[in-house]
Amino acid sequence: MLRIDQATYDAIIAHAKRDHPNEACGVVAGPAGSDRPERFVPMVNAAASPTFYEFDSLELLQLYKEMDARDEEPVVVYHSHTATEAYPSRTDIGLAAEPNAHYVLVSTREHGNSPGPVELRSYRIIDGEVTEEDVSVIDETRSQT
Amino acid sequence: MAVEVRIPTILRTYTNGEKAVPGEGGTLSEVIDHLEGKHPGIKERLIDGENGTSDLRRFVNVYVNDEDVRFTGGLDTSVADGDQVVVLPAVAGG
Repeated sequence: MLRIDQATYDAIIAHAKRDHPNEACGVVAGPAGSDRPERFVPMVNAAASPTFYEFDSLELLQLYKEMDARDEEPVVVYHSHTATEAYPSRTDIGLAAEPNAHYVLVSTREHGNSPGPVELRSYRIIDGEVTEEDVSVIDETRSQT
Repeated sequence: MAVEVRIPTILRTYTNGEKAVPGEGGTLSEVIDHLEGKHPGIKERLIDGENGTSDLRRFVNVYVNDEDVRFTGGLDTSVADGDQVVVLPAVAGG
């Protein structure tokens, strides 16, 4: 199960709405081994595409160096689908390279940039196998720096 | 040339869980061959050797001293004593 605080949950959805019709992406880092997503880090989709996302390679390096220095890991890796459901695509599954991460998918297909409910689901993707998990939103604001 | 090679989580199964391993070579290509000698199987995860050509896999990023090797000569990028080589899988999808 993914446990995530309300502010971070809302921030992921806001990012997805803002970047629609392109896919939005980012991570929520947390202390290594804690399974607590605490630090929201929206990333630029270097592909700037409605059907693909990719972190810019130098921003990726910066992010991982920063996490390393803080003894963090990417607890959540999120991205949006803008025309399809919030389920990992074949490409998502093939490229998933963080066996410890919760892969969060958001779909903005219903309301796009407009207000309205957004589907948010979470998965484990390990060795090409997708397992959906429950998402528990906790009403507790953690530090977001 | 002795370098440090940083290994991403998903490839640590090849390095007994080590986050960083010592490497040797004058070019990135040689460093990867040396790595393969110590940690068999890892090269195939980094390099696409199909069709008689050999190049880094599209969704694997390698940096020498913080520079993406795609802009510094790819597998021919030279490395020097004390350099740091970082391997990071792309975070990407559809």
